[in-house]
Amino acid sequence: MGYSIKDYIRKRFFPHIWCPGCGHGIILNNMLRAIAELGISKNEIVMVSGIGCSSRISGYVDFHSLHTLHGRALAFATGVKLSRPNLYVIVPMGDGDALAIGGNHFIHACRRNIDLTAIVMNNRIYGMTGGQFSPLSGKEIKATTAPYSNVDPSFDTVNLAIAAGATFVARTTTYHFNEIKEYIKKAITHKGFSVVEILTQCPTHFGRRNNLGGPVDMLKFFRDNTALLGSKKIKQNPDLIPRGIFVEKQLPEYTEEYERIKKRVKQK
Amino acid sequence: MKNKQLKFMQGNEVCAEAALYAGLEFFAGYPITPSSEILEYMAKRLPELGGCFIQMEDEIASMCAIIGASLTGRKSMTATSGPGFSLMQEALGFAIMAEIPCVVVDIQRFGPSTGLPTQGAQQDVYQARWGRHGDHSIIVLTASNHQDVFYITVDAFNLSETYRVPVILLFDEIIAHLREKVIFPEPGEIPVIERLRTSVPEGVDYHPYLPREDGRLPMSDFGGKHRYNVTGLFHDMWGFPTTDPKIVHGLLHHLVDKIEVNVNDIARTKEYYLDDAEVILISYGSSARTALHTVRSKRRKGERWGLLELNTLWPFPRSIVREKCEDADYIFVVEMNMGQTVNEVKKCVDYPERVYLVNRVDGIFITPTDVKNITRLIMGRGV
Repeated sequence: MGYSIKDYIRKRFFPHIWCPGCGHGIILNNMLRAIAELGISKNEIVMVSGIGCSSRISGYVDFHSLHTLHGRALAFATGVKLSRPNLYVIVPMGDGDALAIGGNHFIHACRRNIDLTAIVMNNRIYGMTGGQFSPLSGKEIKATTAPYSNVDPSFDTVNLAIAAGATFVARTTTYHFNEIKEYIKKAITHKGFSVVEILTQCPTHFGRRNNLGGPVDMLKFFRDNTALLGSKKIKQNPDLIPRGIFVEKQLPEYTEEYERIKKRVKQK
Repeated sequence: MKNKQLKFMQGNEVCAEAALYAGLEFFAGYPITPSSEILEYMAKRLPELGGCFIQMEDEIASMCAIIGASLTGRKSMTATSGPGFSLMQEALGFAIMAEIPCVVVDIQRFGPSTGLPTQGAQQDVYQARWGRHGDHSIIVLTASNHQDVFYITVDAFNLSETYRVPVILLFDEIIAHLREKVIFPEPGEIPVIERLRTSVPEGVDYHPYLPREDGRLPMSDFGGKHRYNVTGLFHDMWGFPTTDPKIVHGLLHHLVDKIEVNVNDIARTKEYYLDDAEVILISYGSSARTALHTVRSKRRKGERWGLLELNTLWPFPRSIVREKCEDADYIFVVEMNMGQTVNEVKKCVDYPERVYLVNRVDGIFITPTDVKNITRLIMGRGV
């Protein structure tokens, strides 16, 4: 393909901290492949992350990288993007990071339709702190803070993003290797706020506590329990988790609109 | 008067204009009384000047956004008041750790909690200094009149760039909403310090956190030729996380020492009638106006009173306060809180038993009559 993943990582910073069998490496790999295939210069990319297992991703990549506070990555990213609209700003987040502590920033970034690429790496658990349930765990899941099974209902990331106004919304899983790359490519080139939710496995905490087997079993679960939008499989079984691109539309983008205001004010 | 630069303005507006004079290009904020006029002023002025303004979803996001913008090379600021300032503390800690220049205005209102939102106070002196967890140092400036609000706001940006630290402008509601005369300096009349950027060429290893011989850290803009990591974790000279005790020890000392060692460079104070003063008032912000009024009326009666006004609150100008108070019989600290700065004065003077708090904490601005009555009581002269 004319590129090497090694050109996009900071070798000095490896090995990474992720557990054996973790899905985050699959996402990192495909995110870098997407960027390489788009041919974007490394100097034009800013990766902003929060706190958690997923957020360590920003340190491993050879871009401008900003490893911030728990839940606040999108707020930092908004400052970067509005200040320098020419930059590509990619924001990988975990499920708790994006939708618990960061939920307010998430819906407002969607509403603004600011040209950021949000990647929600959803493993349905707080991994780094030891396996507490997240707002994406869902009922009846077991976690260190739900030892008798969870009574806390979950969000649907895709529906939330659509309702809040995101103009590109997609979902896939770490089993669907090529979809990750294709959706991230589309999300990065999309003008406006884009959300890619990627279901990923945490065998250490989520899998172990819920008797889901090892990483391979968890990947097979993604294969067997999800289906592409509009596919025969999902028509036959509407209870499957849908994958695919749910929304892709063009609406005025925040930084472009602000530039228009600036031009109008200056002409006066 | 034909001076075009002569204005009659509100303190909040003066602060906003001074920030623009200092080269502000990015403002993010969230409405809160009594600081909202700064937000509104920026919404109007920044697009006219080609800068960026954004109203964020809360104060946390505002603080985060200005840090992000500052990393791209723009001078950045936010403005808030007590409750919003509390929300900004975590991100302020991040800016301290990652050494990102930015300016935060806290227009103090009466607290705690929602308190008295439209009434002045000086109760955030300790929050400004110690609002974050962990050891650190920070610069906190204030002013008592609009001319000084202008100068100290420009100074805030200059110090923030010089020391790569957030600078807090700790004004109060009374100064913020007061309207008075101010003369704007001409462009170039007072110094504006630009960001120190690295001269390391592209392709050569740039160490964002390796200080030069003079202790300063040249920056490289995000989106520029050097790609590096910025984190709130303890980090090495590349910005990569580390737990190496030697590096951790060195970084923590660097964060504190770069401010504390330079306390005299950062100290800004004003002296009124101190040369022969037997009674010294120490004050800052709006209460310094009351203190000055009191001192002048005492002088008219031939009493040897003087005022030391503090424009730098943190790092606390210890040696100046100690030296000026050496020969005083009484040292009265006039402030609108239950006693914050007074503790710092007691710590640094030779005779702490001569230091007294003169305060008012009922939401009403402290008057010269208050100061006269309280000091008479303390000095045993009856009411």
